[in-house]
Amino acid sequence: MTLDPLVLSRLQFAWVVAWHILLPALTVGLASYIALVEGIWFVTGKEIWFRISGFWTRIFAVAFGMGVVSGVVMPFQFGTNWSRFSDATANIISPMLAYEGLTAFTLEAGFLGVMLFGRHLVPRWAHVASAALVALGTLFSTFWILVTNSWMQTPGGYRLENGIFYPTSWSQIVFSASFPYRFMHTVAGFYVTTGFVVLGVAASLLWKGKSRNEARLMLSMALWLLSVLVPLQIFLGDLQGLNTLHHQPAKLAAIEAHWTREARAPLTLFAIPDQQAETNHNAIEVPLLGSLILTHDVNGVVPGLKDFPRQDRAPVIIPFFAFRIMVGIGLLMLALVAAGMWLRLRGRLYNTNWFLKALKWATPLGFIAVVAGWTTTEAGRQPWTVYGVMRTAQSVTPSLTGFDVLLSLAGYMAVYCIMFPAGLWFVLRIVRAGVSAEEDTPVEAGRPASPVRPVPAP
Amino acid sequence: MIIFDFVPMWTLILGLAVFFYVLLDGFDLGVGILYNFAKTAADRSLLMNSIAPIWDGNETWLVLGGLGLLAAFPLAFAIILPAVYFPILVMLLALIFRGVAFEFRFRDVEHRTFWDHGFGYGSAIATFAQGAVLGAFIQGFQVDGRHFSGSSFDCFTPFSLFTGVALLFGYSLLGSGWLILKTEGALQDEARRHARFCFLGTLAAVGIVSLWTPLVDHDIAQRWFSWPNIAFLAPVPVLTALFAILEWRAIANPKAELRPFIYAVLLFSLSYLGIAISLFPMIVPHHYSLWQAASSTDTQIFLGVGTLFLLPVIFVYTGWSYWVFRGKVRADTGYH
Repeated sequence: MTLDPLVLSRLQFAWVVAWHILLPALTVGLASYIALVEGIWFVTGKEIWFRISGFWTRIFAVAFGMGVVSGVVMPFQFGTNWSRFSDATANIISPMLAYEGLTAFTLEAGFLGVMLFGRHLVPRWAHVASAALVALGTLFSTFWILVTNSWMQTPGGYRLENGIFYPTSWSQIVFSASFPYRFMHTVAGFYVTTGFVVLGVAASLLWKGKSRNEARLMLSMALWLLSVLVPLQIFLGDLQGLNTLHHQPAKLAAIEAHWTREARAPLTLFAIPDQQAETNHNAIEVPLLGSLILTHDVNGVVPGLKDFPRQDRAPVIIPFFAFRIMVGIGLLMLALVAAGMWLRLRGRLYNTNWFLKALKWATPLGFIAVVAGWTTTEAGRQPWTVYGVMRTAQSVTPSLTGFDVLLSLAGYMAVYCIMFPAGLWFVLRIVRAGVSAEEDTPVEAGRPASPVRPVPAP
Repeated sequence: MIIFDFVPMWTLILGLAVFFYVLLDGFDLGVGILYNFAKTAADRSLLMNSIAPIWDGNETWLVLGGLGLLAAFPLAFAIILPAVYFPILVMLLALIFRGVAFEFRFRDVEHRTFWDHGFGYGSAIATFAQGAVLGAFIQGFQVDGRHFSGSSFDCFTPFSLFTGVALLFGYSLLGSGWLILKTEGALQDEARRHARFCFLGTLAAVGIVSLWTPLVDHDIAQRWFSWPNIAFLAPVPVLTALFAILEWRAIANPKAELRPFIYAVLLFSLSYLGIAISLFPMIVPHHYSLWQAASSTDTQIFLGVGTLFLLPVIFVYTGWSYWVFRGKVRADTGYH
């Protein structure tokens, strides 16, 4: 067996980005949530909001630190493993990534210290403003990263000269065809993910009878937000689907495991796609629904993979299943929110055991959906790094051997396998301790005074 | 249309970004290295506290430096990073350990020693890796067309290993300067002892690199020792000697709390300037100049406009953040 640096580099990128995306999926939503709660506290002056904000800030601190260190890894991947991609596309994508650094990272870092440790060192309004600016920084970061990714998906505003991309229109580069949809769908996805984390944490606190007042408030507020966000997210997902059909038909065909171009296409609920035989096994299909959902017209034409040369097709099985996981979770979330609203009407929101239990189990759903969605869009883009223009195989660093990448991948795996479970463990510990576990102690050298008092045994 | 040359401006911006990184993360990595030698858990807490609110902002400059290189000189980015594949990997993994240790050490009392080591060793290993990157960069790489064509292990040479060790002393000097500023009493005395040791190590390293590079590299020897360069460039070694003397006296002077840090910064500035003088105008030594490796003019303008507007804003709020956390770190009373 030979070690292929291309395959291993792709595995490595998938590994570091899949872990990393979990953190923005939480911190982008959590930053906005904390800023909102801080704002309500500032306006109403009710201490319960202050305690909720402090509780989530402790969790945010753990997640954000991990987000920073796993995020620093990312830009270096472009250089170490994808140098030909960097060389070819730098004229276009480097300003986007640099603007992320200049507008987002610095803003977050500048005000995070004050947000986490500066409560007693600055006036109240400055602390609220710091939380809001950190939230704004996380949104800027999402903006520029998705600008970059969207350009790779639906490139525009460039010309090619000797294999190097040159910009011709910055507005077409920044606002590429898929960007507005991808941005809205991703941010809404991050917010929904955070919403379900808040629901799950509130439910588990209620379950144990801990911090009851705070937990009720968190649950109620998150449910109101989600009753808007989850339907909105399904609508935004549909818009992005239409956009993909229009601009990336080969990717859409792969997502749907749809082999032959046809009108009045069925929707494949489940199948085992066979890339070699160009067909699906064990397919469960609903007639006409494919055309209806994808084109909003029963007579609409759905593209097929056979329209495209074999070497231009994505590995169907990955986007096909990843997409179904994402949509399935979306529908499950909708059902949970609907059940919550119904229980609220009946006045039994806080004491229906099966519902609290369901919410506890639903805590990680958003993360799974985000990773599944990211997998769909990234695997669906294959075999290209710049869709239709530059191949993944031509993007990898030429000097790397399979052994080099095997070694680095093993390093990333070992470190992430320590770091991420540890981080999750500390977050669970903060949750178990409850909302008021660490009262707001005086700042000691820019830190809460006590280096964590021992946690009471469960 | 007159095409204005933006390369000098970008050289300056990138040069400053990398320099800010070296200074800012330099002192907090240095504090991390000295953390290994702290005697009590209370001392360790204090050391970590002295940088906890600002380390994240300092590390941001690493990303800005890396992305600045990609944006301004993409060909250099595409050649250099594969050439230093393993030092970069080691640096990133070490930075992960030290970064999470800030939070995890406080949250995980049972495994505090593990996270203490993660922080201390992580800081030292990341520093060594950065020094090795610097050494490999100065020596240059095997290049074929637009690609690095050597092996991923080429970067490990006696010289790059030496610069790795040299940077350990250098960052520790900055770190002990920071600790002299931020601590008092016995801890400050200890920081002064460390500073003295690290200063001697740094001075020796600077001296050895200054002799080693011109001996190995004919171009560098020409740059410094040919007439009239030798006259124009003489202030660099002269000022270095001057600041070295001032630094030595400041470390020994119990009234000097800010000066040891300032003179260490000035020594770093001159060493940095020295490397720039040795290599200019090459960004991939022996192969590509700044102008040959530059990105398209449109790219440089598009990013330049925003950068010139944003950098002052960043300085203002970063400065505010440092101001909020000013003063000595104390275990008992907090800041004021």
